[in-house]
Amino acid sequence: MRALEKIRMRLQMLLHRGRESDRLNTELEFHIEQQIAENKGAGMNAEEARQAALRTFGNPVALGEQARESWSWNGLDALARDIRIGTRTLLRSPGFAVTAILVMALGIGANVALFTLVRSVLLRPLPFFGANQLVGVFEAQSDGSVHDNIVAGGSFAVWQQHARSFSNLAITQPMTYNLAGAGDQLPEVVKAQAASWTIFPLLGVQPARGRFFAAADDRPGANATVVMTWGLWKRRFAGDPTIVGKNVRIDDKSYTVVGILPSWFTWPDPRVELWTPLYHERSPALMQMFEAHNFEVVGRLKPAVTIQQASAELNALQRQIRREHPDGPVNDAVNLRSLVDAETYDVKTGLYALLGATGCLLLIACLNIANLLVARSASRSKEAAIRTALGGTRLRLIREQVVESTLLAVAGGLLGLLIASGILQWLIHMREDIPRVDAIHMDGVVILFAMAAILGCGLLAGLIPAMSSRDARVLTALQESSRSYSGGRGRARLRQLLLALEVGLTVVLLVGAGLLLRSYSALRAADLGFAQRNILTMEVNLPKTSYSTGDRRLAFDEQLLSRVRALPGVQAAGLTTVIPGEGYGRNDVFTIREHPPLPRGQVLSSLTRFVDPGYFGAMQIPLIEGRSFEPGDRLDRAQVVEVNQELVREYFANEDPIGRHIEADMVFPGEALRVVGVVGNTRDEITHDPFPAIYYPMLSGDQRGVALVMRSFHDPSSIALSAQKAIASLDPQLPVSNVLTMEQILGQSSLDARFDATLLLAFAVLSLLLAMVGLFGALSFMVAQRTTEIGVRIALGARREQIMRQMLRDGLKPALWGLVIGLGTSVGVTRLIASLLFGTKPLDPAIFALVSMTLLLVAAVACALPAWRASRLDPMQALRAE
Amino acid sequence: MAKPSDLVQGTLDLLILRTIAPDPMHGWAIAKRIQQISQEVLQVQQGSLYPALHRLEQQGWIRAKWAESETGRQAKFYSLTAAGKKQLEEETANWNRLSAAIDLVIAGA
Repeated sequence: MRALEKIRMRLQMLLHRGRESDRLNTELEFHIEQQIAENKGAGMNAEEARQAALRTFGNPVALGEQARESWSWNGLDALARDIRIGTRTLLRSPGFAVTAILVMALGIGANVALFTLVRSVLLRPLPFFGANQLVGVFEAQSDGSVHDNIVAGGSFAVWQQHARSFSNLAITQPMTYNLAGAGDQLPEVVKAQAASWTIFPLLGVQPARGRFFAAADDRPGANATVVMTWGLWKRRFAGDPTIVGKNVRIDDKSYTVVGILPSWFTWPDPRVELWTPLYHERSPALMQMFEAHNFEVVGRLKPAVTIQQASAELNALQRQIRREHPDGPVNDAVNLRSLVDAETYDVKTGLYALLGATGCLLLIACLNIANLLVARSASRSKEAAIRTALGGTRLRLIREQVVESTLLAVAGGLLGLLIASGILQWLIHMREDIPRVDAIHMDGVVILFAMAAILGCGLLAGLIPAMSSRDARVLTALQESSRSYSGGRGRARLRQLLLALEVGLTVVLLVGAGLLLRSYSALRAADLGFAQRNILTMEVNLPKTSYSTGDRRLAFDEQLLSRVRALPGVQAAGLTTVIPGEGYGRNDVFTIREHPPLPRGQVLSSLTRFVDPGYFGAMQIPLIEGRSFEPGDRLDRAQVVEVNQELVREYFANEDPIGRHIEADMVFPGEALRVVGVVGNTRDEITHDPFPAIYYPMLSGDQRGVALVMRSFHDPSSIALSAQKAIASLDPQLPVSNVLTMEQILGQSSLDARFDATLLLAFAVLSLLLAMVGLFGALSFMVAQRTTEIGVRIALGARREQIMRQMLRDGLKPALWGLVIGLGTSVGVTRLIASLLFGTKPLDPAIFALVSMTLLLVAAVACALPAWRASRLDPMQALRAE
Repeated sequence: MAKPSDLVQGTLDLLILRTIAPDPMHGWAIAKRIQQISQEVLQVQQGSLYPALHRLEQQGWIRAKWAESETGRQAKFYSLTAAGKKQLEEETANWNRLSAAIDLVIAGA
């Protein structure tokens, strides 16, 4: 009952506040009238009665205020008043308001965008039921030399059989398939994932149509089955509901479509469009090997089992495996990561570094605005003192200041949200390589973050100047500001501190950006060891059925080469299995026949690639020693290999490798392959040093996956179409994929570095600009405040250079302190981004020196104009202005 | 004339509730009535009367209604709500207990 009554009152007070105010006045007037009437009754005349009534009643306005204070929503009233006052104050100096809002907008916008990115990519759980129980499992070495290694099929089989920590385990491998064209559709290469049938139950996904794999499908002898994503089904099959149960041709074989994934399912990335059962696709022998690392493993922890417990159990199992298989590249440990962490491991440091940078930027923006507000409050200190003297409370003044800065922050924040959504669009467009990029969007938490940022900025920027005004010294303030001598000493010190902090943060950003930029240029300048200009690459995958023998594969390779080499515009062409710059690709273990047997447990390992005789010439990889492959090294007569210099350095120290024999049972079982030549190193991951590599003859006809590299005379993309036609004329059913120039390939692998460096540089330049504006503003203000003093000094004979020097010193002091703070902080902070650096150290003295000089120069420029102006003051005018 | 006693906060609430218990009344009348009944000992300051009335109204103990006063002007008449009646009983009981206790202490000492 009473609750209802209270709610009714609250609503009334909220909705009819104006009416209630009028009524309060009527009520009080009525009271006064009654009093007047009574006084008249006591014999006073009208005027006397009125005076007496007002005397007994007191100040009606104050009384009304007191009554109003008992109303609900009173705080709201006061807030509205403060907002009105704040808006009016800001509108009076639109230049300041617009600058402050823009600065806030940039800071908040950049932060919201980066936070959205970090949250969507790194923090938000995967869209699966109980996603925090999903882990990625990797093989590792207990001595720490290897971690996050992909897993061997044999190890997985042991884990699956014995591990008790998991309610389910699944094994997957990325694949690419040729999807045959039907009717007028062209054949197409699609990215796919082969996985054990347990994968979908483990993830907790339900099919949108049909069913997922059963255990019976996931066996070597089973009928070929496939599950397709919603996207592929819509795109390629027009969402045909009868597709389930029908057959499609994949890699020239017939697969039955058993089910369609739901539309939200884009794991592990949106480009994967097909799923096949792994044990059907790969040979039973491979799935039992402990040496061949090919697979990714996902597990679901049992409830109440921690990642540490699971890790301990698997480590014990893996140790046992190693004891039973002391030879070959068998790992003796494992490492586990939560699945989100496992997928985003590579981009994590970069994203956090950028988030840190935007945080700095926002802090700088806040400090800058706080600084400007301190300056303003200094010029308004007289007003504040008068209000204090008249009984305005300190709290009231602080509140006004905070409301004012919060208004700026809110306006800036709203604009910032717009900027953030723009930045995000651009990011998503730019960085398709970021895992889970499809999951990026703003949600409630991001909005909360934005609001927190806005409020935080408003409070920070408002409280600093508000706290700096001390009402205890009203008299001092009134006396001090009666002459334009200078802002209070405490306030000047506060502003210098703010500036120093601002400069310090800027220095940290500049150093970070400098290091990343230097890494990037080192990356671009790195000698990769192969031709980069005018190179075009494309890949084909010969299906097992129609290219079942070495003869057929060889025939295809040779015809392709002769046709492509005959094309106008093609200077040279070659075949390989791994395009340099695209990563390491396959690696295998080997032994050297002439060397004594290795101690137990030790292996030699190298990258494995197959190339034709023309490849080294086409890629301009130099032959250092011996001979290159020859057309005669074919089919049965292909027992020769080339090695790179790194392999010689590592495994043939002080020894001529030519004529030695390599035995690589994973590549050519039971054969001894003679080393006939040594070629130059290539950098296959540009951020890493070259790795030992063995080149096997492509003309052995062993390989079905073939990459064609061509060097053109001019623009390499001009030969793309004719080369694709040449392939189609050989086999119209063969889809061509990854038609890329070498610039594109290298651009992709240095994209992270360029992206991080460019963004960080943009932030650094922005904050440098802010710091410059801050220094300029501070010194200009100081000069304006001290006009009289300077005028007096000039009139008394101070030399103008002296004035200028002193002003410069005052302006540069905070910059110098900031520089010291910033350099000190950088020493600690740059170590955190060490993993992003290439060809440079976190404490690169050149970068530190360059940053220091840039900063001092900018600070000097910012201070020069106000200092010069001070030295040009006309003493007469300065004194008259008083 | 003795200085009128300042009314303790809370006591004023009780007085207001008691005064308007029989009939709805406006602020002026409430002040007059308290003064009269207490034989001029209790003088309600306007400065505390109106805030108290508004506070009681916000809390739902009393309800206001605009009606024509005896002089023909619109005035705000306050009356007890059901919750206010209960509150009055409670506060009266409290007051009686308190004043009896004070009497005892004074008489006994």
